[in-house]
Amino acid sequence: MSGLFSHIGRYSILLGQVFTRPAKASEYRRLIVDELDKIGLQSLGIVALLSFFMGAVVTIQTAANIDSGWIPKWTIGFTTRQTMILEFSSTIVCLILSGKVGGNISSEIGTMRITEQIDAMDVMGVNSASVLILPKIIAAIFIFPFMVIGSMFLGICAGAIVGTGQGVISLTDYIYGLQYYFEPYQVSYTLIKTVVFAFIITSISSYHGYFTKGGAREVGQSSTKAVVYSMVFILLSNYILTQLLLL
Amino acid sequence: MIEVKNISKSFDGNTVLHDVTTEFLPGKVNFIIGRSGSRKSVLTKCIVGLNEVDKGEIFFDGRNFTSLNKWDRRSIRQEMGMLFQGAALFDSMTVEENVMYPLRMFSKMTKAELQKRVDECLERVNLSGKNKLYPSEISGGMQKRTGIARAIAMNPKYLFCDEPNSGLDPQTAIVIDNLIKEITVDYNITTVVVSHDMASVIEIGDLINFIYQGNLWWRGNPASILNSDNKEVTEFVFPSAFMQEIRDALRQGHK
Repeated sequence: MSGLFSHIGRYSILLGQVFTRPAKASEYRRLIVDELDKIGLQSLGIVALLSFFMGAVVTIQTAANIDSGWIPKWTIGFTTRQTMILEFSSTIVCLILSGKVGGNISSEIGTMRITEQIDAMDVMGVNSASVLILPKIIAAIFIFPFMVIGSMFLGICAGAIVGTGQGVISLTDYIYGLQYYFEPYQVSYTLIKTVVFAFIITSISSYHGYFTKGGAREVGQSSTKAVVYSMVFILLSNYILTQLLLL
Repeated sequence: MIEVKNISKSFDGNTVLHDVTTEFLPGKVNFIIGRSGSRKSVLTKCIVGLNEVDKGEIFFDGRNFTSLNKWDRRSIRQEMGMLFQGAALFDSMTVEENVMYPLRMFSKMTKAELQKRVDECLERVNLSGKNKLYPSEISGGMQKRTGIARAIAMNPKYLFCDEPNSGLDPQTAIVIDNLIKEITVDYNITTVVVSHDMASVIEIGDLINFIYQGNLWWRGNPASILNSDNKEVTEFVFPSAFMQEIRDALRQGHK
């Protein structure tokens, strides 16, 4: 239990250092642009691939499971939309990103720690926590919502392509289902979740990397812990946010 | 001048530095020497503030570093340069970007001024023309020289070198030693070198602090260390029977 409190304490202190007023704003702008590329653009491929196939699979699964005259065909479009908007594009995509982005952040910062690069920054008088972590948090909070919107769009399009291509639903029914009882608030809800998940992934992964001690083995362990804890906290916060925002 | 007064440090209840008091003089190469595990690196990390001391005070030209909080220490830190054992270059940056880093973070130089200063520093360490190479593309000696260039970029008043010769061949080690000595004298820097390389100590050392089991055991200059009768110092300086024979022959020669 004391270990848990120790982690919470160190995490809070680290965040305090991270959110200290930047010494040189222009340097941070450059770093944020770099991180937008590393965290965002370099993850677009995996997010697009996942979203396309998940949208397609959800459509086929729904079609296979409502093979009854009592349930209208447009339910397939409705289900695909709800699945993509409410859970897949935010929660599942962020779980995947916690592996890709979180693991990357933790191992990068962890390697900098064990090779004394962070000590070098500290000796210079640079706020290493802020310089290394703040641009990642800002970049993720900014870029993740766009990736999630793209994921929704791709998943829904994939559903239309596969559904109409295989003849399980007409495009008219699919579009009717997409539009049926659409609540724009649900998109806001999923974007709020995404921002929280982006913060969780970047801050928890950075924390584990920043306090790495030892050598290559410990960098690997930090990376694993970063991914596992990010996933746990994403799922936990998903539950809490859903309770707060939807009920 | 750096003054260290009665500093102690412990990790998990185990005291590793015991009441160390010494001083490091400007324009001189001040060595901290000792066997592996004698806590000389811990002492250095305490001086630069990477480790917090449990007790005691450290003064940089009369300014009490230990009494300052993390943020107020920055102004003194910007007067420090440090060469790390593994050079600690930022591996995602080129040689030029590494040297430019502290300038970009703290100075208000224009692009042209930054470039001029970087070129000056690289020329000082004989690395002109290596600007665009990455740390992984240069040798260990070049990495150390890049580390020195980065350390002197901000015109530091205090230069710390942690095992500057580790992993280098004897000839490259001499190049690095001479560079440290020249920079110290030319810029009147207070240089602190952590090492267990006696060749370096004799070659460029002005003042020597011998650390033994976390205590400042002996203090003197290169001439006096060769003639010291202190058992631990003698065992460190002349570790083998061969070296002891050389010492005895030297002493006979003096007589």
